[in-house]
Order: sequence, then structure tokens, then C-alpha cells
Amino acid sequence: MQVFLQQLINGLSIGAVYALIALGYTMVYGILRLINFAHGDVYMVGAVLAYYLSCWAQKHVHSTVAALAIVLAGAMIGCAVLGFLIEFLCYRPLRNRPRLVALITAIGVSLFLENLFQYDGIFGANPRQMAQLIVVKPIVSFHIGGSPTAVVISSVDAITLGLSLVLMLALSWLVLKTRTGLAMRAVSFRFDTAALMGINTNRIISITFVIGSALAAVAGCIDAMRYDINPLMGVRPGIVAFTAAVLGGIGSIPGAVLGGLMIGMVETLLKGLILPSAYSGFADAAAFVVLIFILLLKPSGLLGKKALEKV
Amino acid sequence: MPLLQIDNLGIHFGGLRALNDFSLQLDPGELVALIGPNGAGKTTVFNIVTGVYAPSAGSVQLAGNNIEGLKPYQINRLGIARTFQNIRLFGGLSVLDNVLIGFNQSVTHGFWGAVVRTRHFQFEEADHEARALELLHTFGLADRCDDIAGDLPYGQQRRLEIARALATGPKILLLDEPAAGMNPPEKADLMQLIHFIRDQFGVGIWLIEHDMKLVMSICQRITVLDHGETIAVGNPASVQADPKVIEAYLGEPA
Amino acid sequence: MEALPRNKPLPGWLLNLTLLGMMAALLGLNAVVNASLTDYAVEVLIHIGLAMILAVSLNLINGITGQFSLGHAAFMAIGAYTGGVLMCHYQPAGWLGTAAFVGVTILGGLVAALAGLVVGIPALRLRGDYLAIATLGFNQIVITCLQQIDSVGPFTTGGAIGLFGIPHHTNFFWVYTWVLLCVVGIWRLVRSGKGKPFLSIREDEIAAGAMGVNTTFYKVAAFVVGAFFAGVAGSLSAMFELSISPTSFNFMRSVEIVVMVVLGGSGSITGAMLAAAVLTYLPEQLRIMPGPLHALADWRWVIYALLLIVMMLLRPAGLLGKREIWWTRKRRPTPLEGPT
Repeated sequence: MQVFLQQLINGLSIGAVYALIALGYTMVYGILRLINFAHGDVYMVGAVLAYYLSCWAQKHVHSTVAALAIVLAGAMIGCAVLGFLIEFLCYRPLRNRPRLVALITAIGVSLFLENLFQYDGIFGANPRQMAQLIVVKPIVSFHIGGSPTAVVISSVDAITLGLSLVLMLALSWLVLKTRTGLAMRAVSFRFDTAALMGINTNRIISITFVIGSALAAVAGCIDAMRYDINPLMGVRPGIVAFTAAVLGGIGSIPGAVLGGLMIGMVETLLKGLILPSAYSGFADAAAFVVLIFILLLKPSGLLGKKALEKV
Repeated sequence: MPLLQIDNLGIHFGGLRALNDFSLQLDPGELVALIGPNGAGKTTVFNIVTGVYAPSAGSVQLAGNNIEGLKPYQINRLGIARTFQNIRLFGGLSVLDNVLIGFNQSVTHGFWGAVVRTRHFQFEEADHEARALELLHTFGLADRCDDIAGDLPYGQQRRLEIARALATGPKILLLDEPAAGMNPPEKADLMQLIHFIRDQFGVGIWLIEHDMKLVMSICQRITVLDHGETIAVGNPASVQADPKVIEAYLGEPA
Repeated sequence: MEALPRNKPLPGWLLNLTLLGMMAALLGLNAVVNASLTDYAVEVLIHIGLAMILAVSLNLINGITGQFSLGHAAFMAIGAYTGGVLMCHYQPAGWLGTAAFVGVTILGGLVAALAGLVVGIPALRLRGDYLAIATLGFNQIVITCLQQIDSVGPFTTGGAIGLFGIPHHTNFFWVYTWVLLCVVGIWRLVRSGKGKPFLSIREDEIAAGAMGVNTTFYKVAAFVVGAFFAGVAGSLSAMFELSISPTSFNFMRSVEIVVMVVLGGSGSITGAMLAAAVLTYLPEQLRIMPGPLHALADWRWVIYALLLIVMMLLRPAGLLGKREIWWTRKRRPTPLEGPT
């Protein structure tokens, strides 16, 4: 029981990160019908920025909270700019071309970022660790069912869950209650009509990329606190997060959150509980298996809608 | 027995009932038309008959066999060919290739024959090419056989689409707004062409058209559709006089 | 009827005889190449040949039939491991060794083709970007499985560390014979009445269906044939590199091949060959050049990436687009014309 609950918490924590990344994928796909291959690498850049900012903050800033705030804000701003530039320079000129052209370009951008950051001048291929700003310690811990080991919610978990919750609520507010959010929904529903109705579609698309990239940056910061940072760290989470977006229903924001949490749980439970340790590596492939199954059985995902092609 | 028998065909997309209780009969060699205002559901009927959509209700029978729900390629092989409202040629391929693809179902040499280049393969290729050129010649496109289909002027593209459809050897030809975008002399040519096709190839022809003059002058029977419902069926004279049709549609100049 | 002047085709047996003649010539060339070039130069030539097979086979799926497979390296892996594991286990020598090598290469291709069937059927339901992601997922699953499994029954597969000790059999002759078979095979396949439907699916899938083309069959067939040759290339590669590991067949490898097809022009067989040759040769050439150009070889991937982006922005059709290297805009050869 203890193991199960612990894995559940871990799963939520990991799932929240996937959800943050998945939101970027789903919003961009909803508007442009483009799989932004480079999104996973924006997450990586977020982690890298977290690294550099944390090293600086550790020396110059004395309050933990302020340091964290600087790291987060810096990473978010940096990635927002990156996301904006990618869209502006690489995707916008291809707006009217066939989608596969944009997809190939997205692959190109992804490769470019991955390899650029492998150069020692920029980051280098060797993994590094972020400067420790928070002490990783249990915030909540309780015993259950008489087990000697406690179920623990660590400080990192708490930050992850807290931050994710706040951001998702903020995003919901933006999308549901503001005019910009209304415009975003209109553009994702019918691009041409939205433009005809006087919505500045370019501005909305830029905003979408900026928000998605900022969320990915937060995901990057969180994972930078937990894992090693390296230029290829975005590849797997990128695919997994995309799977989560598809699972939840691509184009649906609540779907991305649901999908992210579900996949995070499935992966964690598989690795920690279900698969014998010799085969735990297979858990890495789990997301891909899930992806293929959804695409075949219900491509519109759990919360998405089916689209019919007009002949 | 009629060649094509459609009974009580209906379809809905989500909450929208696009077609309701549509029926039609086509005998071999007949020339009939489906008319109606934009959005009436005419192309939807064609799409159901050719297998692009499966109907929610009703049946389609070709020579006595049910074909509703079959895949488009299966329906084509049973004898129904079509053109599209917005031309769907194989734009990057040559004019000749477009027609040759129409012959794909009569190809008997398999992949093996193609790769090894057996005598059977070479004979069949030459035969198909000759037949394709003959067909193109009938449509006045033989001298452009090696040009890229997408480069052709609009009127010739429409003719090529019809030629390609005929290459599949159909018993019934469905033409979706074949006169769209044509000027009067081109339309006159098209009228003659349609008559000629019916006589020469012995196919039944079913037209969707907006041009009333064209339709009235060549078709034996007309069905009028409005908002998915059939509002009139009959010969040109009776349809033209029907008050419901006039109200829904014929207020426009021809 | 106006008879347009159209060339009379050469009889099939003559074309096939020419083909055999070319293979014999390759045998002679093989001896010359091995005698007069350095080992490194021969290695580069072999890499170019393998790249050509991979690019042309992917071109059938992506360029000619218009689908989007991002997992071609997985088929290569299947062929490589089928051939490599069997040869490594049995280590046949002499004439038996050569015969086994040929057999095992074909087997590798067939097993990969089977995988192509498995991938191709679900692929029918998926369009464009979804298919791309699904094939990428397939690629990852294959790699993960290869990493996790150390042996299958009595056969060692090596797991994550890889498989070592594969006997050497691949040489210039074998690689370029397969290049010949692959290129001529696919060329003849597509330029025939039976093969034109591949192109029609790329041009307009709905119109193709309406004209009686069984689009399901052709889409799967493209995967099966493409996978076959990728498997062959994999097996040949295993018998040349003498060791294989799962990570060498990952997503990056698939992307490398996609870059070749995209650069050369999706739909152009000669374009794919040209791009394969250039993109394999250039990094090697840069590596041995003095001074600043040397550094360019390190930046290979960044350059690939920029190349992709720039190509898509400026010339998405690739260098040759859908045309072969000798075609003008208007005139196209009929299926009975053209080489072999």
C-alpha cells in the first residue's frame, strides 16, 4: 500500500511535468495543425537556462525564494523569446504551405537546437547538475497500513505540484475568461473565419507559442532540479508529452493535462510496481505503445472531437 | 431492371440531416440530372453513391447488387465512375499518365511482370498506351499527352477528368458540375461531348449542374434537391413549371 | 488516328541481360577498386552505396507514394540484427559463408518487409503528421526492445551493449549489386501500369480511390518494398561494420535518411541517389581537409538541420522535385522508355 501511494505521488509529480509540456503541443496543434517537434527542445533550453541562472543566483542571491523566482522568471522569459523567434522565423513563412513542409522544418529546428547546445561554448554534451537552491527534504510524510517506510511528498514534489496547479489555473482563466483567450479559441476552431472577423491571427499565434514555451520552461526548471541536464534531454519527454496530448485529445487543453497525468502515472507504476526490475527499461517504450494504440483506436483522444474530411 | 436503384437514401453529419429519403432510378444509357441550390446536398448524394460516405439510411443497388458501404475503389470496379466538383486530377503527372491510371483495373501483369519486364507486360503496356491515346484523341487532348496535367487550361482539365473517368470502363458516369467555370461556347461543346459520350460509350450519365439551359436541353429527367429533401422529379418541362422549384431555385438567370 | 512517334521498347530479355552484364562489370570493378584504392576510400564508397539503398527505398514510401515514415532506420535494424545474429552465431566460412551471406541478407530483407507489413496496415488509418509520429514511435519501440533483449533462444543479440564478432562478407561488389537491384527494381515497379497507382496516391488519394485504385494495398505495398530494401541495407551494413548496436538505428538515423530524400527531391529516384552520395561523401571529405573546413565536419548535424530548414523555406520540393535528373518540364518518358 505504501509503495502504491508513493508511486502515485511520484506519478503525479512526473505527470504534471508532462502536462506542462503537453499544453504547448496541444495549443500549437489546435491552432496550426502542426506538431511542433522543437517544443521538447524548448523544454531543454529551459533546463539549461535554469542551470546558468541557478549558478549565478547561488552566488549572488541569498533568499531561496528570490533565487527560485529569478530562475523561473529568467527561464520563462528566455524560452518565451525562443518560442516566439522559432514561430516567426521558421513557421510563419510556411503558413500556406503543405503541413509536411512545416513538419520537416520543425524537425530541422529541433535538430538545430539539440546540436547547437552540444557545443562546449554553449553548453556541451556532458550532463551537468543545477546548483542546489532548495534542500530536498520531505514536506509531508505519513505512515500507512503499518508499513515502516513513510509515504513522502518531498519539497521538489510540492513545488512541482503547486507550480503546475497555479499555472494551469492561470491558463484556464486566460483561455476562458479573457478576450485573448476567446480569440485563441476562435482561431483554433476556424482560422480563416477568425481572421475575417478581425482577429489578428499572427498576434494570437505568437501569444500561443509564447505561452506554450513559457510552460515548457517551467517544466524544464522542475526537471533540472531532479535530473541531470544535457542537450538531448528534451527528446524523450517531448515524444511522451506529445503522446499525452494525443491521449487527452489533441487541441484540448484539459485533455493535455489529463493525458499528461495519466501517462506519468502509467510510466511510474510500470517502472516501480508492475514490471520486474530486469524489464523496467521497457517502461520507456510504454508511451510509444500507448501512442500507437490511441492513434489507431481513437485518434481524437479522450476529450477530443472527431473531424470529418469534406470531399 | 434499372441499372442504378437508389432507395430512401439518407445521411446525417452530427446533428445535421444533410440528405433525407432520396430515391432515384437510372436505366442503361439514360441521361439524368440532379439540380438544386448550393448546399442542397447534391455532391453528398454522389459521395454516398461512390462510397466516400456510408449512408445512415437507405440503399444503393447497382445491377441488383447492394453497394452502399463499399469502398470507393470497389464501387468503381463495379461500374461507377465520377468527376469532382473541384477538379481532382493527378496534377503533377502527365496527361497520358492520368488516363493510364484510369486503366489500372485492367492491368493483369503483376508486380513481378513489371519488375522483370515479361513479354506479357510489354504487350499490355503498349496496348494500354494505345487505348489511352485513342481516348485522348476523342477528347482532343492527344497532342498534349506528355504535358503535365496541372499545366493545362481549365477547360481541358475538365475534359481530361472526364476522359480519365471513362478510362475506368464504367457503366454509369457521374459528372459533378462539369460546366462550372466554362463560357457559353465551351458549354455548347460540352453538351455535344456529353451526348457523344452517351452514344459512343453506351454509359448512363448522371449530372449535377447549375446551368439550367444545359440541363434542360440534354437531360431526360431531372431531380430537384433543396436542403436535403427532394422537392420535384420529372422531365424538363414539368420541373421548369413546378412552383416549388421556382421558389427554391429558378429565380436565378440561367 | 494520328500516330504520335513513340519509341519502341527494347525487349525485356535484352534489358535483363544488360542488367546481368552490369553485375558482371561490377565484379570486375570490385577487383580494381580493392586493388587500387585505400581501405578508407573503399569504406566511403560502401557507405555511399548503402545510403543510396536506404534513400531510394524510403523515397518509395515518402516521395513516390506520398506517405511520411520517420522510422526507416527501424527496418534497417531488423535486417541488420537478423543477418548479424545468424552469421555471428553460425560463423559459416568459405563458399558456404558467401552463400549464407546472400541468403541471410535476403532473409533480413524479408523479415524487415514483414515488419513493414505490420507498420503499413495501421499506417493506412493515419495521415501526414500522425503517421510520422507513429512511425517514430515504432522506431523507438524497436530500439528499446533491442536494448532490453540480450538473447533470443540460443542466439545472442547483445542487448544494449551491442553485438560483436560478425564475420566480414560485404564488399564493393555486393553493395553495388544491391544498389542496382534496388534502383532498377523500384524504377521498373513504379514506371509500369501496375506501379503508377503509387504516384496517384501521392497526387490525390481520393481521386485515386474513385478511379479504382486499391489505396490500402498500394500504401502497404510501399512500406513492404521499402522496408525490404532497408533490411537488406541493414544486413549488408552488419556484415561490414562487424558490430552493431541498437542506438545506431535510432531516430537520428531515420532523420538522416529523411534529409537525403527531402534534399534530393521527394519522388525522384535519381535525386535520392544524388543526395545520398553527396551527404555521405561530403562529411568524410570535410573531415580530412585542413584548417577551418575541418571544423565543418563536426558541425555536420547543425548544418543538416539548417539545410532542412533552409530547403523547406526556399525550395521544399528538393533539388530535383518529382523529376528524374534528365527530364525537362514538358517531356516525360513513357513506361517503355528510359534506361532498363
